[in-house]
Formats: sequence, structure tokens, C-alpha cells
Amino acid sequence: MKLTLRVWRQKNADAEGAMSTYQVDGISSDMSFLEMLDTLNEELILRGEDPVAFDHDCREGICGACSLVINGDAHGPERTTTCQLHMRSFRDGDTIDVEPWRASAFPVVKDLVVDRSAFERVIQAGGYVTAPTGAAPEAHATPVPKPDADFAFEHAECIGCGACVAACPNGAAMLFTSAKINHLNVLPQGAPERETRVLDMVAAMDDEGFGGCTLAGECATACPKGIPLMSITSMNKEWLRATRKVKRSPHPPR
Amino acid sequence: MSAAYLNYPTGAPVADTKAPAGPVAERWDTRRFEAKLVNPANRRKHTVIVVGTGLAGGSAGATLAEQGYHVVQFCYQDSPRRAHSIAAQGGINAAKNYRNDGDSVHRLFYDTVKGGDFRARESNVHRLAQISVEIIDQCVAQGVPFAREYGGLLDTRSFGGVQVSRTFYARGQTGQQLLLGAYQALSRQIAAGNVEMHPRTEMLDLIVVDGRARGIVARDLITGRIDTYYADAVVLASGGYGNVFYLSTNAMNSNATAVWRAHRRGAWFANPCFTQIHPTCVPRTGDHQSKLTLMSESLRNDGRIWVPKAKGDDRPAHRIPEDERDYYLERIYPSFGNLVPRDIASRAAKNVCDEGRGVGPGGQGVYLDFADAVRRMGRDAVEARYGNLFDMYQRITDEDPYEVPMRIYPAVHYTMGGLWVDYDLQTTVPGLFAIGEANFSDHGANRLGASALMQGLADGYFVLPATINDYLARNPRHETVTDEHPNVQEVLAETQDRLHLLLAVDGDRTPDSFHRELGELMWEFCGMARTDSGLRKALERIPQIREEFWRRIKVPGSGEEFNQSLEKANRIVDYLELAELMCLDALHREESCGGHFREESQTPDGEAARRDDAFAYAAAWEFTDTGAAPVLHKEDLVFEYVHPTQRSYA
Amino acid sequence: MARAVWDSTVGKKTVMAVSGLTMLLYLIVHMAGNLKIFFGADTFNEYARWLRTVGAPFLHEEWALWLVRVVLVVAVVAHAVSAYQLSRRDLRARPDKYVHKKARASYATRTMRWGGVILGLFIVWHILDLTTGTVHPGGFQAGRPYENIVDTFSTWYGNVIYIVAMLALGLHVRHGFWSAAQTLGAGSRTRDRALKGVANVLALLLTVGFLAVPVGVMTGVVG
Repeated sequence: MKLTLRVWRQKNADAEGAMSTYQVDGISSDMSFLEMLDTLNEELILRGEDPVAFDHDCREGICGACSLVINGDAHGPERTTTCQLHMRSFRDGDTIDVEPWRASAFPVVKDLVVDRSAFERVIQAGGYVTAPTGAAPEAHATPVPKPDADFAFEHAECIGCGACVAACPNGAAMLFTSAKINHLNVLPQGAPERETRVLDMVAAMDDEGFGGCTLAGECATACPKGIPLMSITSMNKEWLRATRKVKRSPHPPR
Repeated sequence: MSAAYLNYPTGAPVADTKAPAGPVAERWDTRRFEAKLVNPANRRKHTVIVVGTGLAGGSAGATLAEQGYHVVQFCYQDSPRRAHSIAAQGGINAAKNYRNDGDSVHRLFYDTVKGGDFRARESNVHRLAQISVEIIDQCVAQGVPFAREYGGLLDTRSFGGVQVSRTFYARGQTGQQLLLGAYQALSRQIAAGNVEMHPRTEMLDLIVVDGRARGIVARDLITGRIDTYYADAVVLASGGYGNVFYLSTNAMNSNATAVWRAHRRGAWFANPCFTQIHPTCVPRTGDHQSKLTLMSESLRNDGRIWVPKAKGDDRPAHRIPEDERDYYLERIYPSFGNLVPRDIASRAAKNVCDEGRGVGPGGQGVYLDFADAVRRMGRDAVEARYGNLFDMYQRITDEDPYEVPMRIYPAVHYTMGGLWVDYDLQTTVPGLFAIGEANFSDHGANRLGASALMQGLADGYFVLPATINDYLARNPRHETVTDEHPNVQEVLAETQDRLHLLLAVDGDRTPDSFHRELGELMWEFCGMARTDSGLRKALERIPQIREEFWRRIKVPGSGEEFNQSLEKANRIVDYLELAELMCLDALHREESCGGHFREESQTPDGEAARRDDAFAYAAAWEFTDTGAAPVLHKEDLVFEYVHPTQRSYA
Repeated sequence: MARAVWDSTVGKKTVMAVSGLTMLLYLIVHMAGNLKIFFGADTFNEYARWLRTVGAPFLHEEWALWLVRVVLVVAVVAHAVSAYQLSRRDLRARPDKYVHKKARASYATRTMRWGGVILGLFIVWHILDLTTGTVHPGGFQAGRPYENIVDTFSTWYGNVIYIVAMLALGLHVRHGFWSAAQTLGAGSRTRDRALKGVANVLALLLTVGFLAVPVGVMTGVVG
């Protein structure tokens, strides 16, 4: 296949960026999208040009590093991660636009690489169970009903790639935040911190400058792991419940 | 080939001085009791550097911080949650015996020693089996959503190489779920200020002062800034070195720089040739292939592996009648069938493909067929167990495994070798510890499925936090090290020179082209089957590639910016040295064991022939200089409980 | 706690949901009352008169009406201020647009903001037209809403404004009702179809119900 790529190039966080056009030839339909970019980069290096920077690591669709907006879609036209998108989804002669995640909470680092550390701080605000090593009771001491375990798992599948934020017209991180809250809040192990978790994580999410939810549903459509939009509904319910139960400001001193 | 490199001297034997004597089942308790403790009030004054945030590093960082130590932690990824442990699919072993199927700590111990083909240390393995039970408890307490049965209790499944059902799992994403558990525990400590986290920061060298590990040199991958970080102990949890082969199931950026730099600074490297080739990976499709994708071994529980009986039979799978199919694993190994250990399954696949009976493009594949499973359990049950793996396969190959059998082929997956460590997981550099895949200790010559997660978490949650106390208590803080110290100056200068040189060569070949060349060489001569002549060929070629590398490498851009080509090139520098040691180790070990198969050493029916008389030792190599012969130190392995037998899975 | 709710995006959405549902409830009653116009001028004007005396004799005349007005004003203001603040926040969170543009989400979702603005302006005109009579075409007759309505819908612009606003209302309610349910945590996978159905029915009912009046005037059924 022969393709025309229009790629966002930006030297660093402070520089202005712009789309640059490249031609690539000899692309096999079995290549992954990132292997196609590898091919471009090999050529750029040999031409003495700066190769296109993009985040990637496992290339198995699980680490959540890869993060490209392809033709306006986070992770491209298929419901998967960029690394698992294959060139058979495109046709010979296509022009493909490649851009970084866009959100003010995800500033561009270089080219297609963005800084997603805002997600770290959301998790740090309460996306855990306080279970110090060595203090655990026997695993079978607390059975978990299978539907609850399945619900937890479905939300725990989030890979933290940020496609939800990239796709959201408001740059909101509701789906990411709700996935972790729902994963932990439904389990008996997460129950003791159920209220503080949702209040603190939502507050942290707001502090990072993510937008609010207008239930456009773009996040769930883009999510490569299929976290459902209802995840946000469940989080809202948890938040309202916690607000009623906990008589304190959800904004802890930060 | 420099003949000098092959003329390695054999130095003094090395012994594990930390494992206590006495019954194997009591050694861990004894060691914990004998270990000195650090007063909780004093822990805050100790800094521990942890490199890597996978299962081992993440769990270690979180646990050390919980104990009160000040932890400074590094990962090259943008988030600790992305370490490659996340890609582990199948599960984690634990001797819980919830199934009442005859499992026990002793059986897990036995299975692991046997599975490792009697090249692992009994004390370490027994400790691993003991701790396995606590790991499950710990992870459940953290909210890891393991698969459960309708009664609400944990589900288990069986895995290659064993006959009990002891593998706990979270659909096909066990590694992800366990890592997120550790990551969340780590996040809690970061928020509490007990862990100072440096993402997108790569360790480039080790700082050794007065014979002790006192810090690291690391590069901020965004700004390119090179900094020094000091501590009272350094823990390497940087994973394995499978990416030497270019194509492997490792993450693209997984690398050997941390362990190799530590090796150069005095940490001995043990059994580098013990690499695991995983039998169930998606076959490659062409030269553009950048990495290989593993399909969980758990697929072998219900899938049946076969190839056509006739050579060159290129009919589509469904047109090949049952009696013209060769279910070769079931035929050769009737009692374990498709569940033989990984090394055996991989080699068997290679053999049938070498016979010309392979399937798919280039004949480099065998079928993994679920037709019987779908008939037996129904499509829904198959989907519940393997749905996400099937989806992943279909995504990559554009073939529907419910309709067409999967094609699989072995690929480099895990490295059993690594930095030599004693029972305390301390390397030969005092104050330098290695945990998880970065060390060599628990899997011998072959790792059983679902044991990597177990080992990573055992090391990080339970072993290291107990043993590092002893080191810190016995080595009260020395004087503070600063950048002005001559050792630091030397390390810093070397690091900067190396990066400058990489940028300055301005040749005509890309980093990837060298990496691919090295990888192909290693796969051919130091892959699934190794020969004396092949290894010698590789050893002759590697220094030539290295020489060419430093003449023709082209790295665009500068060192003071986000520069992925520079990162890559710098990692290849280390692969080019490590590959040589792997080949030497493979050449010197004139026996077949586990993942190391020497064609000269096989039984009449083609099975690996171990030579316990000559090679019942771990080979720990001491670095001397680039391209110069290393010194071999042997650690004799003593088997008091599991007596070495020729492994038989027939 | 009130402060905490107001400071949070989720809290502000809750304010929007509650105020929106309050207005929705009012609109249903309002629409049903409007349909009385088809029973003739006397019935309609009598109904309008009764509205002022609801709750009497316990409540003084017009107290109930003012109570409703106060609640509605609070709801409108709360709804609008939250919407404004959330929108500003959303735009700040996504300052750079994608070069490759793509139509996203449903029409109802995308028109929430502009639809809201249109409805806000409509309410102002509607009050000035039929409550205070300030911009009423022809002579405004207090206490004779039937005649006033006929006046308004006898002008082309009265019809245009009203029809555009009611279509906007339909779209707004369609996404807004379902959205409010999600914000209040009332949605679930099993209930989703039902909620969407109710939203569609409500939107259709309100639009058709409200539009029946100008259509009635235009066709001469009312006049």
C-alpha cells in the first residue's frame, strides 16, 4: 500500500506544532499501525530527519501507552488500541491524519507524545485499597458474589490510555475515574474507603482541569476495553451517596 | 572471534551464604528470625532506590515505603502502571489446595524444581512455594478481581507442566490485574510522600562507592537531563533481557541496560543462556514485524495442537481429515499431552516445522485447534474462558479462531538467567539487590507457566522487604556521596561520553537495523536449539556487529531532548555485549536442560539430555572488559529434597 | 456540603439535573393546561383565573402562583449558571481542536448548549409577550389569555419564535431527561432502554402538545 500521512509535529512542550505530510510506500496490510510508523521513522532517520515520537510499549493492547488520534478517532477506526490497529483497516492511497491526544490536562511532550500524569494523581487520590503487605486475611474469608466480581473486573480492565479524555468533546476524565471507583467500590475489600474514594478521586479529577460530563458517550465509544458509559452513572450514584453520608468537604487539603 | 574471549578463566566457586541450614521448610523462618531489623524510627533515614515498577518493583516499592523507608523509584514508561508485567495473561500459581486435588507447598516446590530441570536452588524455590499462599491473600485484599465461582470463592485452572489446578487468574489479564494492585499500593505511598516516583526516567549506570551500591545515574527521557540519585541500597527490578532477540514477547522498550550496567560494575550474571521460548505465540507475518504477541499458555488446556501428517500438506485445516492430522504432543507425551512444559512444547513445534510439516506462511506455525472444545463445552463456555484471547488473535491475524484453528509458533518470552543473587536476593555487589525476572534465582533452566507473577510478587512483597532490613541494619549509613566523588565522576563521564559518541558517529544505519541483525543472529544460533559450531559462529559475528555499530550508527537529534532513537541505540550497546555472554554461556554448558537445548546432548529419541555430573551448577559470570573473557564462577546446586531425574512427561 | 456540591463538576451536574427535572415537571403541567384552549375562550380564561386562586382559601390569592414562579426562577438561574460554568470549564479542558474534524455524538447532545440559550431567550420573550404584555402584538388584555394567545399566533414571527423554541425544547428534553437520570445515578444497563424511551416520549409529547396551540390558531380551530 501507498499512503499519505499527515502527522502532528511539535518539537517540545513549548514549541508551536503543525501537521507535516509524508508519503510511505510498501506498506503491508498485515502491519500494525505502529509498524507502519516504524517504517516511516526508519526512512526519516536515514534522511537525517527527526523521527516521529510516539508512545508505545507492549504492542499487545494492554499497557495503554500508545495514544494516537487517527482520522479524528482516538485509537483509529477500530475499537482497539493503536498498536492493535492493523493496516488492513485502510485502503491503498488513503490519506491518514495522525494527531496526539488533545486535552489541556494532557499537554503535548513532543509530536504525538502527551503527558498523562494527571491520571496518576487521580489514582493517588484514592484509587486503591489500603491493604498493607502482610496484613491480609485468608483469601476465602470473604466470598464475593460472582456478579460483583464480574462487575469489578469489567471496570478493572481500564488500561489508563486516556482515549476517553481524547475523544470527549469536553476533555473529561469521567470514564477513567469511574472505572477505578466502580472496580473497587463494589468489592467488600473496597467498602471501608468507599465514600472517601469517590469524593477524593472526583475532586482530584476536577483539580487536574478535566472537563465535565455531558454524556455525549464518545468516551465509551473510543474505549478500547469497552468500559461502558453506565460506569459514569454508577460513579455519580456513588458520589451522591457519599455526599449524603460524609459530612465533610470532599476537597481534602492538597 | 577473539579466541581470548573463549578462553575464560574459572574463578573461585561462589556459594550462597545466606540460606540457613536445616530442613528446607524451616529455612525462610530461620532466615527471617536471624535477619537484623531496622528500628522503625530509623527507617525514614534510609533511602532505597528501586528501578522498575513491574510486579517485583511495584510491590517492593510499595512495601518498603509502608515499612517506613524512603523509596526513590524509577520507570522508563510514563506511568508505573505500564510495566510489562501487565501483559502476563494466564495466571499466578499458589499452593492453596482450594481444589483439594492433592496440592501442597511441597508439591509446588517439587513441580518448580523439576520444571526448572534441576538448575534452581532448592531453598529459594521452597520459599517461593511457601509465600505463594500469602500472595493470593494479599492481592485479594487489594481488590484484585480474580475469577470467582458462583459460590463467590476463587476459581483456579491448570497450567502446563503440572497435574493440579493451582493457577489463579483474572480472565486473560492476570498480570494486568496483579500489576494494578501493586501500582495502586504504590500510588498510595506516592501520595503519602513515602515514594518519590520518577517516571520517564531510565537508569543508565550504577554508582558503586567503597564496594557498595550507593546510587544510580539516570536520564530524564523528556529533557535528556542526566542526574545522579543516591541511596543506601539499590534494588533492580528491571525485568528480563529477552529483547536481545529483537523479536520477543517483551515490550518494545524492555531492556537490559540496568542489569548489564550493574554487571559491568561488579554484579555477576548467572545462566545468561537460560531463555524461555514460549510455545504459543502468534506467528510472524513478515519482515516488518516489530514484536511478537503471546497467546496465553492456558489455551493449551482446551486447545489441541496438531500439524498435518504429510509434509507440505497445504490444504486448509478443515479439509484435512482427522486421520491425516498428527496431534504430536498427545502422541509423544500421552500423560501430559498438550500440557507439557513450555520448553518441550516449543521444541516439538520446531521439530515438526523443521520436518516440513509446519502450517501458515513460511511453514512456521502449528495449529492450536478449539473445535473439540467448542463441541464439548459449547461456544459460550469457550468464549467465557478465552474470549479476550480469541479476540486478540482475530485482531492480529484477521482469522476467526472459533472457525479456523489458531496458528501458533514459539517465541522468546522470558529469561530465567539474570543477575546472580544469594538467598537474600543480594547480588555480588553489596547493597545491590535484584528481584523478579532481573535475577536468576527461582526458575532454573525453565520456568513453569504462571510462576513469573508468583516470583515477582514473592520477591517484592515478601522476600526483599524482609532481607533488605538485614543489609541496612548491618550497614549503618556511611558518609553521604556527592557528585564530586571520583567514582561518581567516572560513571557520569562514561555515561555522557557514550551518549555523545552515539550521536556523533552520524553513520548510515538505524538503531533498529542493528538490533534486528543481532536478533536474527541470536535466534538462529542461540535460540531453540544450539550447537557448538553455531554458537562459535555467533561469537565470531557479534564483535563484528559491535564494531560496525560504532562505525555506522546514525542517531538523529540531540541528547538534550526527548529522543527515542538515542534511547534505543543506547540499549543496543548493551545488547551487543550481553548477547556475547549469552552465547559463551550456551557454548560452555555442554548439556541440554530446560530452555537450553544443545543438539549434541540429546537422548536417542530427541529429548534434552541433562548432564548432572558436569553441569549441576549455576554459572555466574564476572565481567572483566568489553570483548574480554569473563571469569566463570560456579555455584554448585545441591538437591536434598527433589532428586534429579531425567524429566519425563510422557 | 452545599459548597462541596457546587464546587464539583459532578455536583454541578446534579444541580442541573434537579433544576432541569423541576422545570420539566412544570412544563408537563403547563402543556396540559395549554390544551384547554381547545375547549374555547371561556373555559381557558376560567382556567387561567383559577390558577391564581390555587390553594385558596388557605393561601392568599396568587401566593401559590408566586411560589411556583420563585421555584422556577431559582431553577432557571441554577440551571443556566451551572451550564455556563460547566461549559466554560469544558472549553478550557479542550482548548485545541483536532485538525481532522469529525461529527460526533447525537444531534440532541451537540445542541444542548445552543438549545439552552435559545430556550433562555424564548422564556424572556414569552414572559414579556404573554405575562407582562410588554412586547405583545396588538392590545394586551390582562385576564384574557385566550385572546392574547390568538394575537401572538396571528403574527408570523410569533409562530416562528414559538415553533423554533419548541423544537429546541424537544431536543433539549430528549437528551436532558436521560442525562439527568445518569447524573442522579438512576440509569442502569437494564433500565437504559426504558429511560431513553421515556425521554423520547416526553420530548415528543411536549413538543407536539405545545405546538398544537399555534397550529390550532393557524388552522382556525382556535380563534
